[in-house]
Amino acid sequence: MNPDFTKTHFALFGLATSFAIDANDLDRAYRDVQREVHPDRFANAPDVEKRLAAQWATQANEAYRTLKSPLGRGRYLLKINGIDTEEERNTAMPLAFLTQQMEWREAVVEARAAHDEQALDGLAKQKRADEKALFALLSTQLANAATMMDARETVRKLRFLEKLGEEIDLASEAIEQ
Amino acid sequence: MALLQISEPGESTAPHQHRLAVGIDLGTTNSLIATVKSGAAEVLIGHDGDKLVPSVVRYFEDGHCEVGAKPKAEQAEDPANTIVSVKRFMGRGMVDVAKYGALPYKFIDAPGMVKIDTVAGVKSPVDVSAEILKVLRVQAEEALAGELVGAVITVPAYFDDAQRQATKDAARLAGINVLRLLNEPTAAAIAYGLDNASEGIFAVFDLGGGTFDISILKLTRGVFEVLATNGDAALGGDDFDQAIAAHWRKLHNLVSANHKDMRRLLMTARTVKETLTSQTEAAAEIQLSYGQTLNVKLSRAEFHAMTAHLVERTLGPVKKAMRDTKLATDDINGIVMVGGATRMLHVQQAVTSFFGKPLLNNVDPDKVVALGAAIQANVLAGNKTGEDMLLLDVIPLSLGLETMGGLAEKIIPRNSTIPVARAQEFTTFKDGQTAMMLHVVQGERELVKDCRSLARFTLRGFPPMVAGAARIKVTFQVDADGMVAVAAEELTSGVVAQIDVKPSYGLTDAEIASMLQASFTHAEADAGARVLAEAATDAQRLIEAVTAAVAADHALLNATDQAAISHAIRALEAAVSRQKVSGIKAAIDTLSNATESFAARRMDKSVAAALTGRSLATLENIHTK
Repeated sequence: MNPDFTKTHFALFGLATSFAIDANDLDRAYRDVQREVHPDRFANAPDVEKRLAAQWATQANEAYRTLKSPLGRGRYLLKINGIDTEEERNTAMPLAFLTQQMEWREAVVEARAAHDEQALDGLAKQKRADEKALFALLSTQLANAATMMDARETVRKLRFLEKLGEEIDLASEAIEQ
Repeated sequence: MALLQISEPGESTAPHQHRLAVGIDLGTTNSLIATVKSGAAEVLIGHDGDKLVPSVVRYFEDGHCEVGAKPKAEQAEDPANTIVSVKRFMGRGMVDVAKYGALPYKFIDAPGMVKIDTVAGVKSPVDVSAEILKVLRVQAEEALAGELVGAVITVPAYFDDAQRQATKDAARLAGINVLRLLNEPTAAAIAYGLDNASEGIFAVFDLGGGTFDISILKLTRGVFEVLATNGDAALGGDDFDQAIAAHWRKLHNLVSANHKDMRRLLMTARTVKETLTSQTEAAAEIQLSYGQTLNVKLSRAEFHAMTAHLVERTLGPVKKAMRDTKLATDDINGIVMVGGATRMLHVQQAVTSFFGKPLLNNVDPDKVVALGAAIQANVLAGNKTGEDMLLLDVIPLSLGLETMGGLAEKIIPRNSTIPVARAQEFTTFKDGQTAMMLHVVQGERELVKDCRSLARFTLRGFPPMVAGAARIKVTFQVDADGMVAVAAEELTSGVVAQIDVKPSYGLTDAEIASMLQASFTHAEADAGARVLAEAATDAQRLIEAVTAAVAADHALLNATDQAAISHAIRALEAAVSRQKVSGIKAAIDTLSNATESFAARRMDKSVAAALTGRSLATLENIHTK
């Protein structure tokens, strides 16, 4: 028998189902759960309990990872409301947004080639500012059932920015080496 | 009214007996073993009075071997059969060991991991490490006057799955029950953090004899949460010795020095390196073969200049780890330096200037890892410590699968908290394909050829379909030791394949058992008695644990379940008295199955209690007041 993981990640940590969660509450609940279920607590226990502990701790880690990241949390809220963000398939983004993304990607490639760390820092700062605005928007959209479908596009945009962030990090790493 | 006692889940209510558990730091240069005695961790002393056992093993023609200080001192006598820094070969192939330059050993290419041809026969790095571990085990059993329940063995955080598996195999071969593999910087953080009651974010910079790790941890009320780790499993103090030796060889025209002379150069290089941490110049005399005497000297400035590139190599992983945490250096509350090689002044300077703050200097860099491992071993063995400690560690390297075009598709990213499981779906490439080869790789690079190959296995026998129609779900699991298991299932047909990722050198359980048998001098009857005794102990522990659980949580049991459990307990007791291993094992399984749903309900209950702030621990306090 496997443990019952039909609860949502929010319920697992005893949190209200909302985009606006208190990071400290999440951290505390995660640690409280891990204190009870972590395999280290069961190193001496019968095998049945060891297996349950491993499953529980794995589930707690997955739930924590999902809720800790605002993008993960937003995507997950849509998912439990039965809404697919279609991030892999839907590429129909507003033209202005795509153009901006392409310009930024090119800027990353150029900065990488020119070993220009300052340019990369500048791009990272711009990205963060855009991200912040989008998260604010996502928060309002997710708080209201009427605008929940609009949140899909915001999540897709944020995924673009996340990828951009990864490329900026890779470029910084390449410059250091 | 007598108050009911309620125990922590997973703990037995049997009269408290201190269970002997140790922490082992199996180092490149030195190994040591520690335990917790009356609440404090301490390093155990061997019969020759030394705390550190040099990780050196010398093999002799008659098949016996020596371990420790003696072969270390005599290593230049027989370099080909005196294995030093064997940790660098664990889980490594021919291509990897070639990077260490000219070594005096006769390496044999073997699948997954090299072997060494010695006068005592062909030895794998696992065998050599097991010899070191055996010495440590005996040392502990003598010092503690009892048999060990188990050990926590430390590994570099940046060790991949093959290196971890090799370490675990070596321990089993040495007759040690491995409670957990623990990352070295995490072990250091435990010892440091508990000792200093620290809270906040700490960097542990661990430069050992052959490996380098950087870990960033968050310490919150007894919880040690690793935020990111990085490193270089092939960079350590040895490389600094090599640099000095290479410099002297060039300077004194010893280009064709033989292996004995190379060992002498390296031994002197190490001494000089150590002297230069307290003096600005060092000189030494080396007796070479053919009676030649060589006078060598080195200044601190020269040493720092010729090894600056090695120090620089540590900073790349530090930057990567910091980037992964998304923290700034200002956010780091303290820097703990671990490993003998961090005594080098230019290493300390580089780390200080990177973080822009002084290093914490109240740590013994040689012992802190073993001490932390001992504390963790004590907790895992079930000895009450009063310290409510919890470790949340991560996987150091991303795990993925090979996809078309030799690309590595990452499935579990590095720095994921373990245990972790993640699944991804793949599909077929050709029409009518009925099998799929899965190649599990570990590493950060995009191309499979730049990552480490962990295992290959095949999912066979799913029905032929058009290309792209099959849905193959591959699940990766990493347990609390950082060990990987992979399973694959074709979802439309339900065909399943799975593998514990055993590296390709593949010691099976049966092989380990037979090697163990050979290494024990006991007659076969003794070995049989040992197996029986172990089974009886397992049975006893299970009965105690279940009895305690039923006493604590009988409210969660209905009459049918309770009857089934009582019946299974009596059956197990009867099996133990009949003294048949197979009977005991079968009865253990029956009892385990009977308690499964009960155990699941208890765990749900303890989580619910923890989240509502009414933990079992506080209930216990209320009752005993």
